[in-house]
Amino acid sequence: MKHASGDPRFRILEVHLKKHQFRQDALIEVLHKAQELFGCLEPDLLLFVACKLKLPPSRVYGVATFYHYFRLKPQGLHTCVVCLGTACYVKGADKILEVVQQTLGIPAGQTTPDNGVSLLTARCIGACGIAPAVVYDGAIAPRQTPGAALDAIGRWRRP
Amino acid sequence: MEAAMTLHDLQQIKERELAARKPLTLRCCMAAGCMAAASQRVLEGLEAAVTSAGLRDEVEVRRVGCLKLCCEGPLVQADPDDRLYVMVAPGDAPSIVAGLKSPQASLPQADMTAAFFARQHCIVLANSGRIDPERIEGYIAAEGYLALHEVLNEATPQDAVETMVRSGLRGRGGAGFPTGIKWGTVAKSAGVKKYVVCNADEGDPGAFMDRSVLESDPHSVLEGMAIAAYAVGADQGYIYVRAEYPLAIARLQIALKQARQIGVLGSGIFESPFHFNIDLRIGAGAFVCGEETALMMSVEGKRGTPRPRPPFPAESGLWGCPTLINNVETLANVSAIFRRGADWFAGIGTEKSKGTKVFALAGKIKKTGLIEVPMGTPLRTIVESMGGGAPDGRRIKAVQTGGPSGGCIPEQHLDTPVDYESLGRLGSIMGSGGMIVMDEGTNMVDVARFFMEFCMDESCGKCVPCRAGTVQMHHLLDKIVRRKATAQDLIRLEELCDMVKNTSLCGLGQTAPNPTLSTLRFFRSEYEALLHPDPYGPAGKTGAALFPEALEK
Repeated sequence: MKHASGDPRFRILEVHLKKHQFRQDALIEVLHKAQELFGCLEPDLLLFVACKLKLPPSRVYGVATFYHYFRLKPQGLHTCVVCLGTACYVKGADKILEVVQQTLGIPAGQTTPDNGVSLLTARCIGACGIAPAVVYDGAIAPRQTPGAALDAIGRWRRP
Repeated sequence: MEAAMTLHDLQQIKERELAARKPLTLRCCMAAGCMAAASQRVLEGLEAAVTSAGLRDEVEVRRVGCLKLCCEGPLVQADPDDRLYVMVAPGDAPSIVAGLKSPQASLPQADMTAAFFARQHCIVLANSGRIDPERIEGYIAAEGYLALHEVLNEATPQDAVETMVRSGLRGRGGAGFPTGIKWGTVAKSAGVKKYVVCNADEGDPGAFMDRSVLESDPHSVLEGMAIAAYAVGADQGYIYVRAEYPLAIARLQIALKQARQIGVLGSGIFESPFHFNIDLRIGAGAFVCGEETALMMSVEGKRGTPRPRPPFPAESGLWGCPTLINNVETLANVSAIFRRGADWFAGIGTEKSKGTKVFALAGKIKKTGLIEVPMGTPLRTIVESMGGGAPDGRRIKAVQTGGPSGGCIPEQHLDTPVDYESLGRLGSIMGSGGMIVMDEGTNMVDVARFFMEFCMDESCGKCVPCRAGTVQMHHLLDKIVRRKATAQDLIRLEELCDMVKNTSLCGLGQTAPNPTLSTLRFFRSEYEALLHPDPYGPAGKTGAALFPEALEK
């Protein structure tokens, strides 16, 4: 069964499903791949996965919403992840987050209305030796300050 | 198709690798901490500098795992005397290469005789910072997979279990259950199909030991799993690793591929009838999945909710089959124990806690990074001698161990030796090895609130005490921090802590009150100082006092 949209990414996902022999216990692996391909897990995509793995949609939706790593909504152009692990927290990550929230005008976990920046927090990215750490578009930056974070975000905001 | 591997092949790989070694090496740290400080560019700079100095035949630039002193990355360790260059910039590469020949170097170096390095005793981290984690040949040259060969050819599974029991190794994931006894239980459980699972879901904030081991020496974990599988009679393994560790995942994938290629994983390993394969399972950001029954649900592709024990996974685990679950660091100890003997291992550490423990030092401390010390080392040695104490002349106030399940150990108890029992007596736990130092400027009630918020968010929602209790406890702690709470609230908080601790289904709920209880035990005055003087709260003796937050909204 091909996906009606003809989107080639569904074909790539199907190859990945085959690699896992359509095993139901590979659901989390498949969702990782789906999110990597599509950026987020929209209902249509979840239904596709449910159908292919012969799982009830409720089960797929349940797993997708249980784990923090899966996103059901699209992300902004850029992402800023402030690590709030203990080491980062005692070294002032909360202050970085506060300043960034104020500047962007959104609480953590949301995307700016212009779809420019998604602000996220992490439980611990394991970079405690260089705390506080912030991840800008996937690249970890060590020893951040509120000022450094604003600079990094400012570079995205100004074209 | 993989080739049948023999001891001869293994030795040949080792000899070829050693013969191909160049006289001098420059080892550049390529673990996550230094890579965040652009060590990739340093590596490229070193390669270019070696080429332009015409030393290609003499000097090897090697990508290695963690060099331990994370706070001063990027790090480069150089021959001939293992000097460690710190805060290296790509432009420093020519001077480092020149320093190989003439010892006087002007670049900043770490003092390798300082306690931070001198007090370390490396078993788990022995290869970290020495071998290239992306080449199996490097691991084999460091005696890798020899222990697996020996166990498969010269020991019965019962012997292997016996060796583990004698070594006295206890689980490094936190609870400290004797590993040998766990292996024995799984080995005795009836079942044709058995599994070995490596718990690499290092969820404690402030802990990065397992990440470093996986990034620096992934084959030691694979070898440990293979030996464990032989001992318990399993033929399939899973490594459950956090999605937050992309570099560790990438290196594990490379290691698995290489191990299958040369035949130390797969069927008929070392010409024995033993066959074993390992698959990766990537977590998806749920702290509760570090709990073993929740982890198994997640490996099966379901929501990671725990279930009551018994039955323990050793009897009924993955898909109802007997399953051995060990932590990364536990498994990384295994090959060394078999190579050097159980008695050697049992000779290190204290009477009840054998061997060494890796700690991740972080927080308000001068030297942050990775250390491995014998069990029984006093906390003060770790944080003051090795870590250099708190920065800016401040005093250490407390050390937090065990993450959201642990507690805060105050300064006056720093002479406590680090072992499972001593930390337990102080209301904390050994935990997986995160050690966060707090100084005078840290507000302990705020720390308790921070951990409670963590547990509240991460509660899976299956059992009521944890789901509702953590929300209520967080609410009370928040009220105290905002100076709106009364003495009555403090009593209620303590009652709730006790209730949640005793009635929750799994470890997450049972230990969620620990940071609050331990800060209440040692820093009660900080809580009391924040209480509102009016016993009826800020609203006074009106009905609103019962629900002050309702008025605020």
